[in-house]
Amino acid sequence: MTGMDLSAGLQCPIPINDYPTVLLAHGGGGRMTQMLIERMLLPAFANPSLEMLHDGAMLDVGGSRLAISTDSFVISPRFFPGGDIGSLAVHGTVNDLAMCGAQPLTLTAGFILEEGLPMEELWQIVQSMQAAAQQAGVPIVTGDTKVVDRGKGDGIFINTTGLGLIREGITVAPTRARPGDIILINGAIAVHGIAIMSVREGLEFETALESDSAALHELVAHILDVATEQVHVLRDPTRGGLASALNEIAAQAQVGIRLEETRIPLGEEVRGACEILGLDPLYVANEGKCLVIVAREAADAVLAAMQQHPLGREAAIIGEVVAAHPGKVFLRSRIGGMRVVDMLSGEQLPRIC
Amino acid sequence: MRFIDEYRSEADAQKFVQAIQRLVTRPWTIMEICGGQTHTLIKSGIDQLLPEAVTLVHGPGCPVCVTPLELIDKAIAIARRPEVIFTSFGDMLRVPGSETDLLSVKAQGGDVRMLYSPLDAVKLAQKHPDRQVVFFAVGFETTAPANAMAVWQAGQLGLENFSILCSHVLVPPAMEAILSSPLNRVQGFLAAGHVCTVMGYWEYEPVVANYRAPIVITGFEPLDLLQGIYMTLKALEEGRADLENQYSRAVCREGNQPAQQLLAQVFEVCDRQWRGIGMIPRSGYRLQPQFARFDAEQRFAVADITAEESTICVAGEIMQGLKKPCDCAAFGTLCTPEHPVGAPMVSSEGACAAYYQYGRAVQVEEGTR
Repeated sequence: MTGMDLSAGLQCPIPINDYPTVLLAHGGGGRMTQMLIERMLLPAFANPSLEMLHDGAMLDVGGSRLAISTDSFVISPRFFPGGDIGSLAVHGTVNDLAMCGAQPLTLTAGFILEEGLPMEELWQIVQSMQAAAQQAGVPIVTGDTKVVDRGKGDGIFINTTGLGLIREGITVAPTRARPGDIILINGAIAVHGIAIMSVREGLEFETALESDSAALHELVAHILDVATEQVHVLRDPTRGGLASALNEIAAQAQVGIRLEETRIPLGEEVRGACEILGLDPLYVANEGKCLVIVAREAADAVLAAMQQHPLGREAAIIGEVVAAHPGKVFLRSRIGGMRVVDMLSGEQLPRIC
Repeated sequence: MRFIDEYRSEADAQKFVQAIQRLVTRPWTIMEICGGQTHTLIKSGIDQLLPEAVTLVHGPGCPVCVTPLELIDKAIAIARRPEVIFTSFGDMLRVPGSETDLLSVKAQGGDVRMLYSPLDAVKLAQKHPDRQVVFFAVGFETTAPANAMAVWQAGQLGLENFSILCSHVLVPPAMEAILSSPLNRVQGFLAAGHVCTVMGYWEYEPVVANYRAPIVITGFEPLDLLQGIYMTLKALEEGRADLENQYSRAVCREGNQPAQQLLAQVFEVCDRQWRGIGMIPRSGYRLQPQFARFDAEQRFAVADITAEESTICVAGEIMQGLKKPCDCAAFGTLCTPEHPVGAPMVSSEGACAAYYQYGRAVQVEEGTR
């Protein structure tokens, strides 16, 4: 029984004394999530594809390069301005494939339903998934359904897995960021996180904000049309926000990153909500946003291409990759001071006063 | 954005920085009281824009940091009870008690909820008559009126399943404690603007007179802080010990009278233990006898829980302006946001968290400051 031998030889690499139970912060997308992945999951499942630490894996299959990615959706509330758990589950995985430089081909859908979920809600979610998949041109080709006892799930959890075909001549990976590269984003940050928070129980505030959740593969195709090899990194800064995504890239490529606070697109309403709630928009979740790191000479062409696309009208250059301070992200503040933008530890908690 | 952008202009900030450079002729040490101000200073990099002669030390105005360890342990004991819905501002949930924190209690099945307002806890108590709803009432004079209002409302509604775990602290006695210490090095103060929106600034008149240290009531935006620093330095350079109000768009001498009346109705001043600093006489609030039935410490019989502070953590000295976070042997090594030894590493207003998060240690090391 090799399984027995293996388990006898393996010690849990996350100090169990420190965290005898899983905390919500282990799923927050910040340092604790990273620790869980790096110390437990990576060593346990070790293989070269996984170690790329990309949004999806890239595989060579019969002469084609395929991208595969999976994501689970556990959000509350299930319906929010601008979307719901169904459309999000489609966009999330389509975008993970797009961030590998792949054209998404198909999706699968796994449902974990809690006994008692109103059938009407499920029907709404399924219709929304179908509409999102159809709009993205990516069919849902297989799936699975499980029902758990009342109280053992939060209404509905959805997992989607996607398969995509990587274009020829394209290699995007976080490790390809190099000093001199320019960092762009396709629009205003923190919209999704604040839109969700605006309807969360106990925190309802009036706003016309809608989530920016959207499928990004067409925007990405548009970018790759004007700059193939010069596109070094693509990343959708979802959980943990812009700060966490850039910290991961800086660490993986062992480069430094410098941001200009005044150049990062940020809507007035989102900024106001962040000021009131004491949240830093750099750490608030995004959907429908894409970080693009390109060779300096391609930056202007890529910016122009992004701005021509409906999902990139507010695209902007927000910073650059530097050789100094490898692994660290620095930001020049609005008033001209410099500071580190660290990875979020745990969840961002609203403050007292 | 109005009321924000005008206080974050780089051109105006540079004017203040240059004015401060022209003004300063010798070393001065200034303390900002409030942790919110500490974070603005470090986050916007003001500390690096000032001349070397000006030292900013960070005061005790972080409610999370000064809440005594044993009170956290009491909160944890209450939150573990099956009949309790324990509610708190988000900041308090990660603060380490002797053995664990409230987020871990939640992970183990405790009903711990994060709220934005104590009044939401009153609503929860109305909605769940079969459960005991407890609110962790921490903070300075800023949060005290809302907590007082929650208790007052619960009284009006005749709620028997609502209580608060009270650890309110007051700013002026803490400033006096710092100024009267033989080790004190603070020469001038930036007083916490938001505390003064509630309490006014009449309370600081005797402090200025007795200790001959200038105090400037200061706001929270980068330009507020630069102007507050400028005004304090100007008073010091001119040998004046005046009480001045930089934050006049929000603060008047008398403060918010209805809020003060409500505070006097619900709370009474008491001696209070400050984490890392010790007992400061008449430095806190407890519930008035007629509201004592809303006291969670009595309701859940946790009054006899005691705790020992870590011996490594120098939080107390940091909050009295005697040390900086980087001076602590545990900073960034034994003590990090993932494994906090002391509360200032956890709170979004804690000085250690500001230094860690905005990378002061790294910058010093790499010579980029």
